[in-house]
Amino acid sequence: MSEKEEEIIKVDKLDPNFKYEIQKQPGGEGITRCFACGTCTAGCPVREINEKYNPRKIIRMALLGMRERVLSSDFIWLCSSCYTCYERCPQDVRPAELMNAIKNIAVKEGYIHPSFVAQIEALSSHGRLYEIGEFDNKKRVKFGLPQIEENAEDTKKLFEQEDLNKLVSSQGEK
Amino acid sequence: MRYALFLGCTVPVRALNYEVSARKVADKLSIELVDINDFGCCGFPVKSVDRETFLLMAAKNLSLAEEKGLDILSLCSACTSVLTEANKKLKEDDNLRKRINKQLSVLGRKYEGKIKVKHFARVLYEDIGTDKIRKNLKVDLSGFKFAAHYGCHYLKPSEIYEGFDDPENPKTLDELIEVTGAESIFYEDKKGCCGGGILGIDELTALKVAKTKLDRVKSAKADAICLICPFCSIMYEGSQKKIERQFETEYNLPVLYYPQILGLALGISPDQLGFKINRIKPRKILEKF
Repeated sequence: MSEKEEEIIKVDKLDPNFKYEIQKQPGGEGITRCFACGTCTAGCPVREINEKYNPRKIIRMALLGMRERVLSSDFIWLCSSCYTCYERCPQDVRPAELMNAIKNIAVKEGYIHPSFVAQIEALSSHGRLYEIGEFDNKKRVKFGLPQIEENAEDTKKLFEQEDLNKLVSSQGEK
Repeated sequence: MRYALFLGCTVPVRALNYEVSARKVADKLSIELVDINDFGCCGFPVKSVDRETFLLMAAKNLSLAEEKGLDILSLCSACTSVLTEANKKLKEDDNLRKRINKQLSVLGRKYEGKIKVKHFARVLYEDIGTDKIRKNLKVDLSGFKFAAHYGCHYLKPSEIYEGFDDPENPKTLDELIEVTGAESIFYEDKKGCCGGGILGIDELTALKVAKTKLDRVKSAKADAICLICPFCSIMYEGSQKKIERQFETEYNLPVLYYPQILGLALGISPDQLGFKINRIKPRKILEKF
């Protein structure tokens, strides 16, 4: 298949229910209100630097029903959650939260960015993103700060409630 | 005035100068900060992965402060934002609160929605106020120029912050800087994002986002950038050398936390404000002390 053919949207491959699936996800409720004005893209600090991330285009793809293309893409992970689009969208689509809703669905489908796998692992091991070990506590004491004892158990138990580790470990499947 | 101090993940390991200076300034202005050891991650990193787990992690932290009858004071803007958002949702939606509490019971905990969450800068601006700060000043910082960097989550999404400041035309950090006598300079794209949110996803893009701001602050001839979020510092100070190497440029731009600046104005010795930890030494400023 030529590159051009790969890019062409094939109507029979679209999933018209994708937008409703997103709408059901908290944060995704506003998707069908989008009238593609591009205010989100115009003010996006990531788009200014990297053309791969284009919120208007992602929303359009989702509305068209390009489910697999969107969920398996790497561009959905490029939102820096600055909320500029969220503040400015005239249709209250809340693109920054919409991206979170799409990413939540992507994770359930087995697509998760490796950076988040690493973060979940760190949280499971330490209850926090960065370990606080003996070295760090010595440094804290040197600066007159109280020591902190890690509590990973709480975080582990909370992760079990939503089966988060299973959700994250299924990432190798796709 | 008592608050539970929420440090989050980044501050207690990677921003000790922020923590040290914030504690000293709080003490000077009679804000009592209570440490709660079991505070964990706020939930921010999990929001993109699983929303329910993010709410659960936030609720655990909120419940720990509520148990002590304290509101939360947070140093990190991202922590402030997600804790505030979760707090709002849990307060407004009884069904959600019940569902989250049912899961939270695995830790023997429960959140009833009784507390508030505030960023340290907001506490300084709202609860202490610039008038009271002015009365406590010992050193005039006039002559210094700082570039206020608001970052993203201190004021956005605005709907969770009950009308505090204006994200499109913010003024609180500028006023907090100017009360010390220093000038809060105007520069292009003051509201710009640091890029920290995607550092782990696409490093080059993140560094380019940070570079945009460094270029603009440098050309406005600021003595330092003034921050209120530890992750912004990872981008502007922690990554400054890398950006210089990658793009063959030079900034040598000091990156200070607001409490370090305020601390100097309140007459606290630089030794007690964590300046030793700043990698890019603000020599021009410190030589006056």
